[in-house]
Amino acid sequence: MQRTDPPPPPLADRRPLLSADSLRKSFGPLPVLRGVDLTIERGQVLAIIGPSGSGKTTLLRCLNGLETAESGRIEASDGQTVDFSARPGRAALNRLRDRSAMVFQHYNLFPHKTVLENIIEGPVVVQRRPRAAAVAEARELLDRVGLGAKEANYPSSLSGGQQQRVGILRALALRPELLLFDEPTSALDPELVGEILSLMRDLAREGWTMVVVTHELQFAREVAHHVAFIDDGEIVEHGPPDQLLRRPEHERTRQFVHRLLHPL
Amino acid sequence: MSSDEWHLALTSLWPITSGALRGTIPLALFSFAGGMPIAIRVALMRLSRRAVLARLGAVFVSVVRGTPLLVQLFVVFYGLPSLGIVVDPWPSAIIAFSLNVGGYGAEVVRAAILSVPRGQWEAAYVIGMSHRRTLTRIVLPQAARVSVPPLSNTFISLVKDTSLASLILVSELFRQAQQIAAFSQQFMLLYLEAALVYWVICLALSAGQSSLETRLDRHATH
Repeated sequence: MQRTDPPPPPLADRRPLLSADSLRKSFGPLPVLRGVDLTIERGQVLAIIGPSGSGKTTLLRCLNGLETAESGRIEASDGQTVDFSARPGRAALNRLRDRSAMVFQHYNLFPHKTVLENIIEGPVVVQRRPRAAAVAEARELLDRVGLGAKEANYPSSLSGGQQQRVGILRALALRPELLLFDEPTSALDPELVGEILSLMRDLAREGWTMVVVTHELQFAREVAHHVAFIDDGEIVEHGPPDQLLRRPEHERTRQFVHRLLHPL
Repeated sequence: MSSDEWHLALTSLWPITSGALRGTIPLALFSFAGGMPIAIRVALMRLSRRAVLARLGAVFVSVVRGTPLLVQLFVVFYGLPSLGIVVDPWPSAIIAFSLNVGGYGAEVVRAAILSVPRGQWEAAYVIGMSHRRTLTRIVLPQAARVSVPPLSNTFISLVKDTSLASLILVSELFRQAQQIAAFSQQFMLLYLEAALVYWVICLALSAGQSSLETRLDRHATH
């Protein structure tokens, strides 16, 4: 986590970290993405909001190849391009996936591994970093989120909030360019939501690039640099949180925000 | 029981136990060890997206489960020689039993793999694991826990099924009992004694199953 900030990229390299261009996907006859464009700027937090079934999770999962779009392109700042129309092979998808790490709604920790083993699995087994260094780094991360005493626990003995913190650390330990969050607080009891959001806020302050699919408008307003509202498979509007959440241009956005803020 | 019968029961106990130690138990162990890799392979074939592989796996399971074990044993031992392939009793038995464990075990393993939530695969992919590594480090260890009870069943059945090997001249527990019974004409006594030894072995296996489950459950207990 002691992340030394990368030097600012030379002007020529101020390309977005990742950009998606007209992604399309359907599940059977049902279109879930109808040509979505998305730009992820380095060091910024992008919040994706929208009703359930709108395609926001699918969109997030296309960014790391967990889902493959049927057409459209994803381009990375170093020039790697994945063209979904050309049916990218496993190697291309793996390269795309290696750029990011993902935090899941239901944590998806490995139940047969301890907290520490969950965190070092990627660094040690996949990235082949020295075990001792990975362990030291994992312990530092655990201390930071107040779970230093839990490293030998199995996930089943942790609360939801603790499990999700481990889920976030597992992602951070990979040192990805990009953190993807898929409704990271939706499965949590309300009183546990705060601890996760405040950890995410800290990460944003440290300069991690994050894409967060969320229903937490408050979080989006305070932490995100950019908010995209997606409905029925397309991005209806996007912009700075203040504008999108307080003065939305589209009626659909207005209705959605209103419903979330006034559930009764 | 008369004292003669007691005497026979006691003196026959060692040959029968020795048949278990030198025949039944190693036969079961080797066949299980040979069968499980087949079971895992076939389970993965059945789960494969490639239709040909999936079909092939399904046919294997269907044949193994749809034909009597005794017939499989005879095909290998008495049938193959007519094709010029002569296999000794022991390897014949191990081949037939391994294939049998492979067929039944494949279904257990397949169900166990399917019981591991999709999210576990995804979490592994997301930390950069390949399909194979996800399988070996994340999915199969979790599937193993689920499959202990049904595989224990398979193993216990196998131990008892090895008695069929007596029919292709493997000198295991039951063949020992048969020979002593034929010699002494004390059929009831010897066959009950054989049954008792099988039962003791299976009791030990059940105990082993419980302790294995406890060990594998350590992550599920708080």
